[in-house]
Amino acid sequence: MRELRVTPIKNGTVIDHIPAGLALKVLKILGIGDAVTSTVTVAMHVPSQAMGWKDIVKVEDRELGGRELDKIALIAPTSTVNVIRNYNVAEKRPLALPDRAVGILRCANPNCISNVREPIESSFVVRSKSPLRVVCKYCDRELEDIVSHIL
Amino acid sequence: MSSFRGRDVLSIRDFTPADIQLVLRTARKMVPIAVGEKRSRSLEGKILSTLFYEPSTRTRLSFESAMARLGGRALGFSSAEGTSVQKGETLADTIRMVEAYSDAIVLRHPHEGAARLAAEFTEKPVLNAGDGAGQHPTQTLLDLYTIWDEKGSFEGQSVTLVGDLKYGRTVHSLAYALAELGAHLTFVSPPTLEMPPEILEQVKEKGLSFRAAHRLEEVIRDTDVLYVTRIQKERFPDPQEYEKVAGSYRVDMDVLRDAKRGLIIMHPLPRVTEIAPEVDRTKHAVYFKQAFNAVPVRMALLDLILGEGA
Ligand SMILES: [Zn+2]
Repeated sequence: MRELRVTPIKNGTVIDHIPAGLALKVLKILGIGDAVTSTVTVAMHVPSQAMGWKDIVKVEDRELGGRELDKIALIAPTSTVNVIRNYNVAEKRPLALPDRAVGILRCANPNCISNVREPIESSFVVRSKSPLRVVCKYCDRELEDIVSHIL
Repeated sequence: MSSFRGRDVLSIRDFTPADIQLVLRTARKMVPIAVGEKRSRSLEGKILSTLFYEPSTRTRLSFESAMARLGGRALGFSSAEGTSVQKGETLADTIRMVEAYSDAIVLRHPHEGAARLAAEFTEKPVLNAGDGAGQHPTQTLLDLYTIWDEKGSFEGQSVTLVGDLKYGRTVHSLAYALAELGAHLTFVSPPTLEMPPEILEQVKEKGLSFRAAHRLEEVIRDTDVLYVTRIQKERFPDPQEYEKVAGSYRVDMDVLRDAKRGLIIMHPLPRVTEIAPEVDRTKHAVYFKQAFNAVPVRMALLDLILGEGA
């Protein structure tokens, strides 16, 4: 095995095989900002046999699930997510793009009812996975520039 | 029992061609009742709520008339002013309250997708009477009824849509439905107001050919149905440019010189200058009849959704 650029973590989550350049977007999805109490390690532009270049994000003491995985699947469906417990890969969490993206994207249409104060979550129908195309369930409009509309 | 009982009417896309045909046939049977020649009590005891968050007198009155002609009653408001909405109540809460007062809800709202939201908060059927720049399925159905009633069928009819094809979402719904029903479509608009690519994509998916033109004179000769829409001043930063464009899509006797004898001209009304008044007197003009058709078509929907025997 080659030298590891990022040191192993004891407990937490490793997101590997992120397409190069998307690591910061993944951090945004994970809501990693000032209030984070655990260590986050980011490796950008790492050589990869399969991908040429890739990014890696390691979050200590946190196991990702549900919506966080859905969001990552939206922008970087080729990534792998491994849950680490006591230095071992305890679980591989598969990334699967859902048929509906609920509560993870904001509609770009300012006149859409999902952008008004109502007790609903945004909801998008995934019309095509590659290339990714989503349509708002409420206003029926296609969302352009999906990444910048992640909640 | 029809598949319509208790059903929402949110978007014309929810209707199969068979559904549309059923609405049209039912609407035709409603005409004698709509004009007061025959009486019906099929919706006696039923209450329709008409919630109009923005005014649309024509749509609201035709729904209320339709309900009354079938022996039912309507209640509601014609603008958000003075209601609990103005005090900040959510649409979801208003719908949950209104559900208790009525058997079906007609909603007109300035925000796109409002009818779909409303339908999520009630078991009662919701009829979308226009949501912002979004869907207006009952308008589409009455447009379809007018074509079918005048022409007898959709298959093979050459329908030309003219005017603002970019922003007018009613023409988008109409184009989609007509493509599904087998009409041949022609789109005539100024270059800046052309049919959006996603609508063209949908028409293509139906496997139909369509054509686009910038001048009405090029296509009037083989048009069976001419559907005229308003070109709004607000779309043009330069008022002179607007005058020029609007003028070049005006339908007058000159434009109609080469028209087929059986050509019908439709317009969702109100019109401004798109159709010259002298056209009203020709056999081509069906736009006032089209406005009347709102009542039998809405009667048909209400009867299919709320009626016992439909
Ligand atoms: Zn929307």
